[in-house]
Parts: sequence; structure tokens; C-alpha cells
Amino acid sequence: MSSNPTAVSTSITVEAPVERAFRVFTEDIASWWPSEHHIIGVPLATMVFEPKAGGAVYDVGEDGSRCQWARVVAYEPPTRVVFSWDISLQWQVETDPARASEVEVRFVPEGDTRTRVELEHRHLDRHGDGWEGLRDAVGSSGGWRLVLGQFADRMRKASVDRR
Amino acid sequence: MKTYSLSRTGEALGALGDPTRRTIFEQLAEEPAAVVDLAARLPVSRPAVSQHLKVLKEVGLVRDVQVGTRHVYSLDPVGIEGMREYLDRFWSRALASFKARVEQHLESTPEQRTEQPLQEEP
Repeated sequence: MSSNPTAVSTSITVEAPVERAFRVFTEDIASWWPSEHHIIGVPLATMVFEPKAGGAVYDVGEDGSRCQWARVVAYEPPTRVVFSWDISLQWQVETDPARASEVEVRFVPEGDTRTRVELEHRHLDRHGDGWEGLRDAVGSSGGWRLVLGQFADRMRKASVDRR
Repeated sequence: MKTYSLSRTGEALGALGDPTRRTIFEQLAEEPAAVVDLAARLPVSRPAVSQHLKVLKEVGLVRDVQVGTRHVYSLDPVGIEGMREYLDRFWSRALASFKARVEQHLESTPEQRTEQPLQEEP
């Protein structure tokens, strides 16, 4: 667990060989990415993770539009991948790379059929002045107002199970 | 500390589950306001507004400063800790979803988009 105040880290162990874990995480990202976490403004058709350093990661809308939200910084199958997080505090695409954070994922084989996946999302401070963007984000449609609202609804449903 | 932070985020989100409280929160996102201002705009009594503000303050979503005889409420800047909490939750959820997927034995092609819902909450 990271004590770095500008990063979060987490890990999980999966029952799969390292090659499969790496491939599913990257090229098959559309199959597991939480469906409510997309910043593209239209219904989602798929997600693309270009498997190479310098590649793009983007959502594709049903109308064919594209929303790129990450750049592949390092692509080292089957053990390591690093990509930028080009999503601003206002929950929109961040076009300034200097204001993007970064996600590193390491795949550590634990035998032939088990893999430990370690993820660090770092340089969060690059996004700007803390998360004081909350105020602005809450005011913008589709920003925090939406995210918080969804979470709140979800929690309310979980605890009350309908009024 | 981490556990505390996470549970605090949960409390904050839970606090916003109340529609009136969420309206107050959104009003304060527009501009800081005192209890009387909010009570004048909303179909809620002053004591009720005060009570909602108390809850929002307890979970760290709003803060108040005294201006003359009035307490003016505004959103509490969440700071980078708020972002960490959010991403912590996000990645935990994302990796759990990833684990469920990667442990399925069927292989899939890279382009395949599965529309199947991934572990919807009950």
C-alpha cells in the first residue's frame, strides 16, 4: 500500500497465466472496464487499447465518434504496462499532457496459472490544485455531480432496496 | 487511516443520497450561502436546512465561515485526498471486474466487446 500522498496503489491476484492476464487487461479492456466509467458522451460501442508504446486508448461511440483518454507510455508484455490518465478533474479529456497522471500495472507470475496484478496510479498532483476542482466539476453536467449522484443512488439502493 | 478515509467517503456519498441534502449541496456548488438564503430558496424550514448542513459538514462535504453574525456555508475543497479516495474505490472495483473476466476460461479476441453486465450489484 502506497504511502505516497500523490498516488494510489492496489493489487489483486488472478487465477490465470501472466500472458492471459496481460492480454485481457490491455487488448481486451472493453470486457471488464466498469461500464459506468466512460467519459464519451454517447452510447459506448467498444474500447480500444492499441498494444504498443505510443498507442492510444480510447472509447468508441455507437455513432463512430472516438474519445481518447490515455496514451500508452510503456508496453512490455507480459509483465508491465504504463499509460497516461488524460482525464481532468472536471471529468473531461485533459488535452495538456503536463496535467495528466499516470497508471503503471505490473503482472507478476506466481506459478504457471496465477498472476499478481499490481497497479499504481501516480502523479495525481499534476491534475492541478488538488481536488478543489470539485466545485467546478459539480457545477458541470456530467461531472462530479453525475458521479456522486450515481454512487449515492447505488448506495441508497444497496441499503434501502427501493423506497 | 486509509480505512477511515474510505469510510468517510462512503459517509459523504451516503449523505448525498437524501434529495434535499443533495439540492442544498448543489446550491452551495453554485455559490456560498447562509441558512436563511437556502431556506428562502427551498421548500424547507430553517431548522431543517440547519440539520442538513450539519450532516453535510460532519461528512466533510461543506464547511462554514462566520461573516459578521452569519455562518456562510460553502463546499469544502476536497483536496487531493478526495481524488485518492475516489480512485482507490475506482481501481478496486475495476480490478475486481478484471479478475472476474480473466478467470473466465473462454478465450476472446481483442476486438470483442462483451455487452454483458459485469457483476451488477444486487
